Amino acid sequence: MSLPLFVSRRAVALVPTLLVVSVLTFCLQQLLPGDPALALAGEEHDPAAVAAIRKRYHLDQPLPLQYGIWMGKLLRGDFGESIRSRIPVRELITSKLPVTIELAVCSMAIALAIGLPVGVLAAARPGTPIAGAANLLALSGLSVPHFWLGIMLILLFAVRLGWLPASGFVPPWEDLGRNLATILLPSVVLGTGVAGVMMRHTRGAMREVLGADYVRTARAKSVPEGRVVWKHALRNALIPVITLGAIEFGRLLSGAVLTEQIFAIPGFGKLLVDGVFNRDYAVVQGVVLVSAGLYVFLSFVGDILYFLVNPRLRGSV
Amino acid sequence: MLAGAVVGAFIVVAVGAARVAPFDPVATNFALVRKAPSSLHLLGTDEVGRDVLSRLIWGARASLLAAVIPVTIAVGISIPLGLLSGYAGGWVDDVIMRMTDAMLAIPFLIVAIALAAFLGPSLGNAMIAIGIATLPLFVRLARGTALGIRTEDYIEAARSLGGSPARIAVRHVLPNMLPPLLIQSSLTAAAAIIAEASLSFLGLGQQPPAPSWGSMLNAAQRYLSQAPWMALYPGLTIFVIVVALNVLGDGLRDVLDPRHG
Repeated sequence: MSLPLFVSRRAVALVPTLLVVSVLTFCLQQLLPGDPALALAGEEHDPAAVAAIRKRYHLDQPLPLQYGIWMGKLLRGDFGESIRSRIPVRELITSKLPVTIELAVCSMAIALAIGLPVGVLAAARPGTPIAGAANLLALSGLSVPHFWLGIMLILLFAVRLGWLPASGFVPPWEDLGRNLATILLPSVVLGTGVAGVMMRHTRGAMREVLGADYVRTARAKSVPEGRVVWKHALRNALIPVITLGAIEFGRLLSGAVLTEQIFAIPGFGKLLVDGVFNRDYAVVQGVVLVSAGLYVFLSFVGDILYFLVNPRLRGSV
Repeated sequence: MLAGAVVGAFIVVAVGAARVAPFDPVATNFALVRKAPSSLHLLGTDEVGRDVLSRLIWGARASLLAAVIPVTIAVGISIPLGLLSGYAGGWVDDVIMRMTDAMLAIPFLIVAIALAAFLGPSLGNAMIAIGIATLPLFVRLARGTALGIRTEDYIEAARSLGGSPARIAVRHVLPNMLPPLLIQSSLTAAAAIIAEASLSFLGLGQQPPAPSWGSMLNAAQRYLSQAPWMALYPGLTIFVIVVALNVLGDGLRDVLDPRHG
């Protein structure tokens, strides 16, 4: 199968998923207890104001029509506006997303720096204390509540040692050093969880590859073990890990909700939490939609990368 | 073995909280505000003088409910849906799969937060939200298992003996679907405990003054330098239970699914 054909087939398959995501997100509003117009009005109980909201958001129309109007606006890039700040939701999201992307990139770098080498070592030396320690590390990374880890790191590095700031965010263009200092602890918090996943997958893929014929051949030819593991085996073991990396990056973008809250980082996750507490439903819907869209897009990128790095897939279909 | 014992102890403590807890978990005492761990209050007291150990013990109940009820809801719904999807095929399968694809595309915690926000903050609504958020994973698993079992020889044999599709589904397919769902239940219970703690931490789960590990951590955040024990013990407890459930899930997989690993 050629690359353009593969990409177009996968892209077409995304359409129904995204459509259902939009229906589910639209339906969130229907979960509001009682009359959505009253809920959207918040403290305002003036019947005229409620009627105006009902008309403005087309709540007096049948549901399918409401969805159609909402979807039409979405396709034009109109996510509605924040009830609190009156700023368009699209603007809010585009201003917060770069902060979360920076956090996700730094977290992914930490996850790769820990997860890949530890996974390789665990697979190359099974049954040794190194493998045992690696398993423990992965299990801990997967099981630790990240918001608690964040609190503990603040306690140690900010409160006790005073090495790093406890919270806040400085944009990189203002002061790169302070930016990295503010982003380090949250990146470690998010990175450890992903490192656990990466380590487990790398170990699994490496175990499989290390048993393959070509690895046995390399060993029979007296290729040094380090070269067999780190060059011959790792190259192929990385193929499934690349796909996973794209998906995990998508999870990081949305998984930063609590971490951003704890470290007071003004990103995408904090926008969601603030939206929830301000009962700013358009913001909540916008964040849900964009995070799902990003996740679907990154899975799609993962599939394409997998196709590109795996020559067998091209020949098989 | 140890993981099973930890999970067992967690259940016993959660169920018997009234007998195990040394103090009333909501009784405040302003003479005992933020007292460090002592022989009387083994894990110290919180910002209004409540016993941290007693709140941890009662908080176990909220966590147990958050682990059991959403997973039960998800398994209960996913079995018939998975059977229907795997068995009926065609457009029914397509519709169910597109729904699960879409639900899987929205990250777990975002679904739970959004649902809890729209439904209103309470432990009950948090459990519903976690149940809905975990549902697509179970539906996929149930469908995949049903599809795999459908082609087994013993199903073919049952069919050739004249068994009706409904009878085959209930008598032969269903019992074989349970082991993978049980494994997933243990792993999802771990995720559900973290999700409940996360929602309560944000104020979207258990409402104060009722104890929950997440809300205890939220309160502890403000007193990190004066009373670090308030943050240390709830987090450690969550960590230990989640590790135990994950290890139990892995152990169940080794026992019940010999093909794995």
